[in-house]
Amino acid sequence: MKPLAQDPTLNDFGHDPWWIVLIKVVVVFAFLVVMTLFAIWYERRVVARMQVRPGPNRNGPFGLLQSLADGLKLAFKEDIMPKLADKAVFFIAPVISTVCAFTAFSIMPFGPVVSLFGHKTPLQLTDIPVAVLLVLACSGLGIYGVVLGGWASGSTYPLLGGLRSSAQMISYEVAMGLSIVAVFMTSGTMSTSGIVAAQAGSDTHWGPITAPSWYAILLLPSFVIYFVSAIGETNRAPFDLPEAESELVGGFHTEYSSLKFALFFLAEYINMVTVSALCTTLFLGGWRAPWPISLWAGANSGWWPMLWFTIKILLLLFVFVWLRGTLPRLRYDQFMRFGWKVLIPANLIWIVALSGIKTLQKSDWDGTKRTMVVVGVVILLLIVALVWPSKKEPEKLTVADQIAARPDGSFPLPPLDLVVPVNPRAKRITASREEPVTVGAPDDSTGPKEA
Amino acid sequence: MTGLDLLLAGIGLVAVGAGWAVVATNQVVRAGLWLVVCLGALAAEYLLLTAELVAWTQVLIYLGAVVVLLLFAVMLTRAPIGPSPDLDRKVGPASVVGVGVGLSLGTLFAVAYGWTKYALPAQHGNAETVGGPIFTSWVLPFEVVSILLLSALVGAVVVSRGAK
Repeated sequence: MKPLAQDPTLNDFGHDPWWIVLIKVVVVFAFLVVMTLFAIWYERRVVARMQVRPGPNRNGPFGLLQSLADGLKLAFKEDIMPKLADKAVFFIAPVISTVCAFTAFSIMPFGPVVSLFGHKTPLQLTDIPVAVLLVLACSGLGIYGVVLGGWASGSTYPLLGGLRSSAQMISYEVAMGLSIVAVFMTSGTMSTSGIVAAQAGSDTHWGPITAPSWYAILLLPSFVIYFVSAIGETNRAPFDLPEAESELVGGFHTEYSSLKFALFFLAEYINMVTVSALCTTLFLGGWRAPWPISLWAGANSGWWPMLWFTIKILLLLFVFVWLRGTLPRLRYDQFMRFGWKVLIPANLIWIVALSGIKTLQKSDWDGTKRTMVVVGVVILLLIVALVWPSKKEPEKLTVADQIAARPDGSFPLPPLDLVVPVNPRAKRITASREEPVTVGAPDDSTGPKEA
Repeated sequence: MTGLDLLLAGIGLVAVGAGWAVVATNQVVRAGLWLVVCLGALAAEYLLLTAELVAWTQVLIYLGAVVVLLLFAVMLTRAPIGPSPDLDRKVGPASVVGVGVGLSLGTLFAVAYGWTKYALPAQHGNAETVGGPIFTSWVLPFEVVSILLLSALVGAVVVSRGAK
């Protein structure tokens, strides 16, 4: 039997009978909820391993039912409505967050065309010519949930958290959108199924190894920028400033409790799954099997691709958790500077360079002409680098000058010539190393004078 | 009169009503939210007219960035929960200007297009058919608009730095 390894195109969508659409909607919904429950457990276990502790291991095998237990616990908690809250908006905010998070997943391709109860249908809820824009639009609308939730609480910490989130998410959405532009330029389409098809297998072979055709390798700068901005967009560590516990209590959801809080939580984890799935689709070959598996002829047909897709998502989620376990939180100004002054300019330069390369490839010039253009661009860059104004070193002020330059009403300074007493433990160690006999005898020359 | 026409008219009414609510409400943040409804309804209209790219760009830019920034600015300065009585202005001159602009724009459209029917091209609403004309025949207005926006941006920076 010929396998149904058929790449879906845009024409394959919109012909499903209503019950298949219903099945797909339910499956996507269930997939996201299960992934959320799993991702919470996964994150807690992985972070626990990184911090040399067991993590949740009581409920169910390996503690797998822990998230379910937490969810049930949340449902039975008191639902608090703050007295000063804007009631309607307070109620709608978590709904907006969750609805946007779920909607964004509707265009994710899970696999090729399969046979479902005798109907041939692509393993994807739907696809439109501008599908990736839909994901971006949904994440843009998701900001409303955060901002409005923070504002409607009628309390200071949530308001500050909401403001931080909106600034952060808007900034990083720009970087994210720009990083995807390179994918559009290379694949020539904005539909997710089209982008997956465009990454399918290249013709270059090095012995048994097929040259990678994933955009993660072809468009490495875009991939890196996308992933960094995806972390910023989902408010994850090290960019979790909107809910910096040490500064803002809980950020925008400080006043939320019970199921409304659960909805925010759900939306956050679904967003993580969504950006991972989008990353897989745009840069990691989508549902197609990676190289060693792809040698098997049936790897890219039937229901198998769902497995590869899920594994790729889980690997990306692992990176999210890994970063959380490794990096400390950035300071807010550093974070914004990084987004606006590093990610976005780097992105723009990369896009211009890429379009230059594309134009060269398309032109009918011969090799010498192309080489000359490339050499010319390199020389131009060198000249620009030569005449680029070098950074002026700021004048170094002495401490006395700095103190004199302070405006009136500044905070009082601690004494600057304070001698820090030697740590008694360090002293004991030095003492035991140098002269082991005199342990415990006070050293009058350095230690604090007591008695 | 098909179902699609009814939907188009209904969503149009929603857009107009939300636009009215933007200026009629006396709660600052609620006004911003009504603006969201108004622009969202416009995006739905574009979608009904199968202009998918324009519709999602509308959501992405206007809803996802512009109005969020508006709300952001409102919340940075003052974001009262509940009505603010000082929002009301004199209705007379504003309504004259509003009705005048509305009527003249409506007349312009009625005179220019009337009830003529236009056949849609086979391919429409996608990135190629929208992007092509913008970057070929309409590239000058497009660039002029971007220079306008850039100068507004620079102007905002200059104003916010203050006199030195």
